[in-house]
Amino acid sequence: MVDLLIPASGAGKALMAAILLGAGCGLLGCFVVLRRVALMGDAVSHAVLPGVVAGLIYSPGRNPAIIFLFAAAAGLVGAGIVRTLVATTRLKSDAALGIVLATFFAFGIMWQTRNQQDTVGVMNFLFGNVGSIDASDLRMMMLTTVMLVVTVFFLKRPFLVMSFDEGFSRGLGYPVKALNGVFYFLLTFSVVVALQAVGVVLVSAMLITPAAAAYLLTDRFGRMLVLSVAFGVISGIVGALISASVNGMPTGPVITLSATFVFAVVYLIAPRHGVLSKVFRISKRRRMVMRENTLKAIYQILESEGFVHEEVSIIMLAQKRRQTEEMIRTRCDSLLKHGFIELSEDKVSLHLTNTGWKRAMELVRNHRLWELYLTNEADYAEDHVHEDAEKIEHILGPNMVRQLEQDLDFPELDPHGKPIPKPTHLLGQPL
Amino acid sequence: MMENLLLPWDALGIGAFWLILMAFLVALPCSQMGSFLILRRMALTGDAISHSVFPGVVIAFYITGDLASPWLIVGAGLAGLASTVLIELIHKWTRVKQDAATGISFTALFALGVVLMEMLLGKNVDLDLECVLHGRLGLLLEGDSVPLLGLMVPTPVMIMAGVAGLTMVLMVLFYRVMMLSSFDSDLAASYGYRPAVIHYGMMFTVSFIVVAAFQAVGAILVIALLILPGSAAYLCTHRLKVMLGLAAVHALLSAVGGLYIHVWFNTNMAASVVVTGGVLLVMAWLLGPVDGVMWKWLKEDVGHPD
Repeated sequence: MVDLLIPASGAGKALMAAILLGAGCGLLGCFVVLRRVALMGDAVSHAVLPGVVAGLIYSPGRNPAIIFLFAAAAGLVGAGIVRTLVATTRLKSDAALGIVLATFFAFGIMWQTRNQQDTVGVMNFLFGNVGSIDASDLRMMMLTTVMLVVTVFFLKRPFLVMSFDEGFSRGLGYPVKALNGVFYFLLTFSVVVALQAVGVVLVSAMLITPAAAAYLLTDRFGRMLVLSVAFGVISGIVGALISASVNGMPTGPVITLSATFVFAVVYLIAPRHGVLSKVFRISKRRRMVMRENTLKAIYQILESEGFVHEEVSIIMLAQKRRQTEEMIRTRCDSLLKHGFIELSEDKVSLHLTNTGWKRAMELVRNHRLWELYLTNEADYAEDHVHEDAEKIEHILGPNMVRQLEQDLDFPELDPHGKPIPKPTHLLGQPL
Repeated sequence: MMENLLLPWDALGIGAFWLILMAFLVALPCSQMGSFLILRRMALTGDAISHSVFPGVVIAFYITGDLASPWLIVGAGLAGLASTVLIELIHKWTRVKQDAATGISFTALFALGVVLMEMLLGKNVDLDLECVLHGRLGLLLEGDSVPLLGLMVPTPVMIMAGVAGLTMVLMVLFYRVMMLSSFDSDLAASYGYRPAVIHYGMMFTVSFIVVAAFQAVGAILVIALLILPGSAAYLCTHRLKVMLGLAAVHALLSAVGGLYIHVWFNTNMAASVVVTGGVLLVMAWLLGPVDGVMWKWLKEDVGHPD
């Protein structure tokens, strides 16, 4: 029955292998990335080498199932040693991973060079060769992928909880040890399955890169799983197609580069966690801070004159902010656009609108309230509070302000003796 | 017994000495920089760098057409730095953690290297995958040699001695800076050392050593030489200077043991050196005075007489 699904042509087999690989690794990769064990896949993929060598030497007729089992056993032993090393010594997990990865790999190479003639084909495992995948390999891949999907379907919740907090999941009564065993078992199996297609080094890419891209796109785990599988499958298809159409192009690296390309695009344009949106948010925030600082300077000039004028000249503002007149004019354009100020007809001075007046008062109030809070409640020295308040004044929300006012018993003066404005006052009214 | 011990020397003569010396000269600078990588919890950055130097080497080889060109080392150094920068760009700017960022960067660069190799160089070049993997320590004896003080010294030994010497000089000059920044980067910064400069300087040095060692032991086995000596030494002491000394001893013992395994069992020399290093690490794990599980187990026994 299963054989009906297996394509006859070599290219078809390669494509199917790439798809299965992308789906399986994409699925498991989500847990790998969330658990921060991304490089465990790398260690396991190198650690299977002695198993592959043993399989090639000892399995009768190079039975792929037996090679697979040898490889998986070696990978599991490697994963076990990593965990034991971390548990019994001061070595951190990165060193433990490196030790297992390198020693197992070297042992495999040593063994292989000793039995050169028996281990022909080991290069396929090391660098991957989709062309070498035959029907029995594909059957093995399907079996593993089905096993992965079923396990993840039933164990999604405990795995997810464990990824974030192992102690908590123990508290919930999950059998953490057994679940960890299942997890590393699945990881090893998918690594071994992927080996023949993409090779030792690039297995890590299939486990990490699609899942990381998905992680940047969504905060919901279910969606992350779907996206990760989709990215894995797309990378697999693109890689298989390109390497089939361009002569001599190795499949594993092309699949990896496709996955990297997807990640690079997501890295830049992801709506919430992407770099472009972050840069945009930061510059928006910076513009707001500059705008609000100018607004505050206008209030301070008015305050220093005892609120007898409403007009503030741009030159004065430039002196107060220690900026050139030109820079101040750009700031004023931005204030004008937000309806905080109006310019006089000759454009040499400006006055605050009602909204501008209210926002300016809020800012000064937030600043002075925060200074007072730091000196009174948090025991800061008077001369240390300004910088902190400079930052917080822009982001204090109304609830926070109400809380502060209550805690400070509705103060009138800041630590430096200046009055704390009440933004309910309207323009022109005495304070 | 005696016969077995003398076997390499009977079979290879002075060649046995050159093999041990070469393996030691590769392992020594790796062991010293690797110790710092372990302290900085960057053991796998060494892994990442050793994979990501590949595109740099391919491009430099494509331009110069000479596998012995010093530009290969420059290219590798730049590619190694590129991977460090990529890792930073990913985990500083997004919520992807450092381990995943490392995985994304080095696999991408390695894949790029393989694709470039296929595209630019074709298949009939010296820079083949087998060499990337196995290294050619064993071929040392078939190459050129230069006379020095009446001895015919193989050229690779001379080059590696230069690299090892340079690394040791750097280590001595920057010991204090590297120590401070590895244990307490804020303190180092307050002394006026720039953490970023130290970081990238170290990464460049590691790339440089990795590439010099590349031909001798292969890309993946370099990681072993970076991680094993330092880890084994770390299990035996709490003091950095002792750790560096022990790591050097580990490098020497691995070189000697590697030669014997290579000759006795007819295996790949580079892999044998690493396996010896692995065995030494297991011994440190069991018997090490600080972290040895055996002592811990004995002490526990004393603590619970029943």
